Amino acid sequence: MSTRALVVTGLLVALLLAGVVSYYASSSPDGLNRVARDKGFSQTQTRHHADGSPFAGYGTRGVGDRRVSKGVAGVVGSLVVLALAGGVTLLVRRRGPRPEPREERAPVEHGGR
Amino acid sequence: MHVPDGFLDAPTSVATGAVAVVAVGVALRGARRELDDKTAPLAGLVATFVFATQMLNFPVGAGTSGHLLGGALAAVLVGPSTALLCMTVVFVVQALLFADGGITALGTNIDLMGLVTVVVGYLVFRGLQAVLPKRLSLVAPAAAAGALISVPVAALCFTGLYAVGGQADIPLGTLAAAMVGWHVLIGVGEALITGLAVGSIVAVRPDLVHGARRVLERRTLEVRTSHGAPT
Repeated sequence: MSTRALVVTGLLVALLLAGVVSYYASSSPDGLNRVARDKGFSQTQTRHHADGSPFAGYGTRGVGDRRVSKGVAGVVGSLVVLALAGGVTLLVRRRGPRPEPREERAPVEHGGR
Repeated sequence: MHVPDGFLDAPTSVATGAVAVVAVGVALRGARRELDDKTAPLAGLVATFVFATQMLNFPVGAGTSGHLLGGALAAVLVGPSTALLCMTVVFVVQALLFADGGITALGTNIDLMGLVTVVVGYLVFRGLQAVLPKRLSLVAPAAAAGALISVPVAALCFTGLYAVGGQADIPLGTLAAAMVGWHVLIGVGEALITGLAVGSIVAVRPDLVHGARRVLERRTLEVRTSHGAPT
């Protein structure tokens, strides 16, 4: 399996999970929220500063159908994460091995060591 | 385990934020050693997969749910430094776009669900790799074990932070017991998903998996000796 085929397959799986399967996820409180409720400190939670976001709470503002609303939010979130994480890792990675001329320029690097 | 705004006081949130900044700075340097042209594409996939899977809360009984944290998964697949960068991207997007996890608590969430699960998951994984036979088939189970341990440790670290800067007066013993209790169950789910995901990629492209490198290096040596004199 080529790297490209693997990454594309993986991304399709991720989009399917975030866009479709997420609708069927449990809506029960998670471990921390459950403990906060049981132990009586959930009320110190304050209003979220990003409550105004069009995707707050994994829904899409203006979309009535809950399945579509969550699906769109999931797909948008996945693509934003992919763009940011993909961008950061492409910038950070080591380049090469490349054709000779590139390597001759390597000593110019001032990485400070 | 996304900590909302208001659970921890301001000084604690500032401190966890500072730890997160330093950790991400170190990870930016470390990721350069882990990422090359071949492995970089996998990192974007790992972050996307962690985001998607974190939307999938699974029930752990008695009206409580949990979702994958993903630090161990990411660390085994792309290396611990790159993993922390991937997790950080996920938490930033969740906080800003989805109002999931507080904004003043962003550092706390990067530390607990990113740094702690990456470091603990990876250390357990590497520890097991050191004592287990060097077989490709053991990469996924070792990753799953790291995932299993990483979740309750993160829960315990939250309890520690709450002891320092919690906004309510909660007896620590009962808080620790409740946090660890639920998160051991969530850790089982974490282990299953991690084992499945790592196992799938090891099955098709073990050469891309950071945590399989040592096993493959050994295998390469074996092949050379069986072929006779190397050129």
